[in-house]
Parts: sequence; structure tokens; C-alpha cells
Amino acid sequence: MDYSEKVMDHFANPRNVGVLEDANAVGEVGNAKCGDIMKMYLKISDEGVITDIRFKTFGCGAAVATSSMATEMVKGKTISEALQLTNKAVAEALDGLPPVKMHCSVLAEEAIHAAIADYYKRKGLNPEEFMGTCDMNCDSCGKH
Amino acid sequence: MERVVYSDNAATTPISKNVYNAMLPYLTTGYGNPSSLYSLAREEKKALDQARAYTAECLNCSPDEIIFTSGGSEADNLALKGLLFARGFSKEKKQIITSTIEHHAILHTCEFLERIGYEVTYIGVDGEGHIKMDELEQAISDKTALVSIMAANNEIGTIQDLKAIADLCHKKGTLFHTDAVQAVGHMHIDVKEMGIDMLSLSAHKIRGPKGVGALYCRKGIHLEPLIHGGGQENGKRSGTENVAGIVGLGEAMRYAHEHMDEYLPYVARLRDRLIEGVCKIPYTQLTGDPVNRLPGTASFVIECIEGESLVLRLDLAGIASSTGSACSTGSLDPSHVLMAIGLPHEIAHGSLRVTLGEQNTEEDVDYLIEKITYVVKTLRDMSPVWDEKMSGEPMLKLFDK
Repeated sequence: MDYSEKVMDHFANPRNVGVLEDANAVGEVGNAKCGDIMKMYLKISDEGVITDIRFKTFGCGAAVATSSMATEMVKGKTISEALQLTNKAVAEALDGLPPVKMHCSVLAEEAIHAAIADYYKRKGLNPEEFMGTCDMNCDSCGKH
Repeated sequence: MERVVYSDNAATTPISKNVYNAMLPYLTTGYGNPSSLYSLAREEKKALDQARAYTAECLNCSPDEIIFTSGGSEADNLALKGLLFARGFSKEKKQIITSTIEHHAILHTCEFLERIGYEVTYIGVDGEGHIKMDELEQAISDKTALVSIMAANNEIGTIQDLKAIADLCHKKGTLFHTDAVQAVGHMHIDVKEMGIDMLSLSAHKIRGPKGVGALYCRKGIHLEPLIHGGGQENGKRSGTENVAGIVGLGEAMRYAHEHMDEYLPYVARLRDRLIEGVCKIPYTQLTGDPVNRLPGTASFVIECIEGESLVLRLDLAGIASSTGSACSTGSLDPSHVLMAIGLPHEIAHGSLRVTLGEQNTEEDVDYLIEKITYVVKTLRDMSPVWDEKMSGEPMLKLFDK
């Protein structure tokens, strides 16, 4: 597989791996049948800032690297900033992904969205009011 | 890196010293065209004859039953297309029977033949990868032109009962071809005793060079060449011969024939040591037939991890291995072989194939066991699927989404 040095770095030394015991936002996307599952744990402050983040991923090298990169990119950001994160931005930050691996970056974006949706749900709020309606292109974002 | 262990010998093997030495003259001074009349080319012609004789001796056939090709894939293509095309498009004999676990050189050739009007029947296998003989018996009919079943599988190492398959084919009046690319040099093959009509082999799986192989085709079977031209290889495969490559193949076959009884038990012992060590990892199982398997092939499925990650991390530790996970195939499905033996997708994603050769040592095997165990633990530590499994929650929640 033709991975960039950055992908290999994030794969070999993933940042923010693990479980966040005091997370108040948890999102899980993907399924084992397809070979990728990402679970993100976020700690979001009352001001709406992601103060801490961890992830666990079952998947290929690109799945691990995109999880790792996505956690770095949203740490310290506000919810609305984090929601702006696109899969393309994650892939670009990794100096690109092989075309067959682009879906892994989609999963990373979805995992963060799923965690933020969980955050609103825990507060008794409807995530769609804050995150917009879903285009239903995926089946695992957790908003439904 | 503490060590470098090449353990992907089913993918290819390092050229041995004796093969290298045998080839060298034909890459330097021995450049003559074997078809030429002058004395300069006589050595090359003799070298081809010698390589053909070694190859024939190893398979127990006659030298004129050997057709040198560019490799195993061409040999497979020649066997299937060559046989059908030689007969013209015949309504009576338009069926090919093969299995669901063949190499793509057979499967994609069969798909092509289907596109141009032939019928292909795919025989299933049991959980260890053995052909379902009753299915095969039922499938063979008057319109069957050929049965093609691989001798030993490249992913799980299972060896088929070639004699039983050949007997069945002959009893029902059809021909039997076997893709023996993984088997030649790794088990005893006697085409006469086993009743094999055609057999494909490749040099680079037995410490020979890449780009050369052969098809054994029993006398009396007519093949239409895939490559027409100057009439080399008895008119069955034109093109000026790859002399150095063929000499390399011949030397690899000679070595295999003379030394198999020494290195096969050695490699099998290494394999068994590896299997024992890796299977100590919890939730790990061997794939393929535990007994009738290729001497160098150790293949596993390891739960709650994904194969590409495993192979990449082993690579960082200096280990070359392979996997049949979806992420390695570039599609959403794991390898067709792992699907055919009935593994669920989520288990097949965690497949690992380690294939040893005579150049590997016990120290290599111990290093492999140590590193595989460590990498599996590392990946499970970051796997949400493993967490679910350990917490006792039903895994179905994840798998059936």
C-alpha cells in the first residue's frame, strides 16, 4: 500500500489512543463486517470546547492514521469548529491517502460528528437543531 | 530493527546461489539464440534441453511434454484457453469446472471464457478448503471440456487429493488440469502416478527467477498457442526463449527433485513450531487443513484485529508477511478463499499468512512468534471490538449493524 510518511507516522505512533473515562461525548461508526470501526471519546467543556479526546480503532493503517490525525485536528477546538472538519481536510493533513482508502477519512469525520451528536443527546437536546439534517448518505453517524 | 525475517515465501522466494550461478553464463557470454544454426548458439540449445530434462524428471514426465512459459499465470491461461480454442467453439464441450478457491490466474481466465460463451461451474470447498468431491462428481457432464483444480492453496496451504480428482475426471471422461504453482517443489508430484493431464508451475516460488514457468501437457492433448510466431516450444509457445530464466527454472527443479526429502521435513518442523506458538494467542485459529498442508504455510485468523494493520506493524519489526483482509484487497470483501471456507467477514479481516522456506531458521520462527504476539496485543489494546469482546457484551451488536 502506498502510504505517505505522515500516514505511516500516525499509524506507527498514533496520537490520543485510548478511552476517556470522563468523556461526555462518545461516538462509534463503521462496522466490523466492512473491517473498520472507530470509536471517539470527547470531553467537551461548558463553553463548548473539546478539551480532551481519545480514540479506539479497529481497521487498516489508513483507519488508524485518520483517527489519530482527526483527534489532533479537533483537540482544543470548539464544537462548531470541529463540525467544520471534513474528511478531505483530514486526508490532506496526512499528505493524501490512496483512493481506495478515502472512505477511512470519511469514517473519521463521521466519528467526530457522532460523538458531538451524542453530546447533545446527553443534554436532552435534538442534535439536528445544532448539526443540521442528515443527507442520509451514511448509516452510522449516530444522529438517528 | 532487531532482525529482518522474510516469511512471505508463497508470494515469492529469494533466488538461491545455485540458481544464480547456473543463470549467470546466459546473462553474459551465452547470449546466442537457441534457434540459430551456428555453433555459438549450440550451448544455449543444450542448456534449454537440460532444463527441460530436469523439469520433466521432477514431475516424472517426458521432456517433450514441457512447455516453457513466462510464468504460472501464462501456463494457466494456456491450459484453459489453449485447450478450448484448439477445439473451436464446440457446443458439445463448452463447460469448464473449477473451484471457488483458485488463484486469479484461473478465476479471471474463467470469467473471460464465460464472457465469450463458455460455461463455468465453480465447485465449493469444506471448512478446511477441500474440494467437495460429490459436488464435482455431479457437475461433470458430457459437455465438460476440462476440470481445473489447484494442487495446493496459496492462502491456506490445503493440499487437494489430486489422484482422487484425476481418477474421477477420467472415470467421467474429462481432462484434469492442476495449478501447482504453490505445490511444485513443496511436495512430491508424479503426474503419471497421479493421473494429471496438465500442470502449471512457476520458477520464482521455488527459488528460481521471476518471469518463467512451465506447463506440463500430456502427449496427445492438443493446445492452440496463445502466442503465435516463430514456432518455439514445439509450436506451442512462440517467442525467442528466455534462456537464462529457463536455465534458472531447470536448476531450481533439479535442486527440488534432489533435495526435497531433506528440506521439506525441515521446513515443516519450522512451520509447526510457528503454528504452535501463534495459536497460543487467545482467539486465534489456524486456517486450512491442519495435516495435509504445504510444509511452509502457516495461516491464521486472529480475532478483533485487522490484517493490514497487523502486516504493516510486522513490517515495522522487519517481518514480511501477508493478509487476505479487505483492506489489502482494495474491496470491501476479504479474500475469496477465506469467504469460500465459510469464515464470517469480521473474522476473515483478521487473517495472517506466514510462509516459510528452507532459508528460514528456528531463530526466525521464535522472533516471528514474539513479534506477532506483541503486535496483536498492541492492536487489540486499541481495538473497540476487543473491548466489546472482553466486556462480555454480545459482539453481534457490532457485527450486525
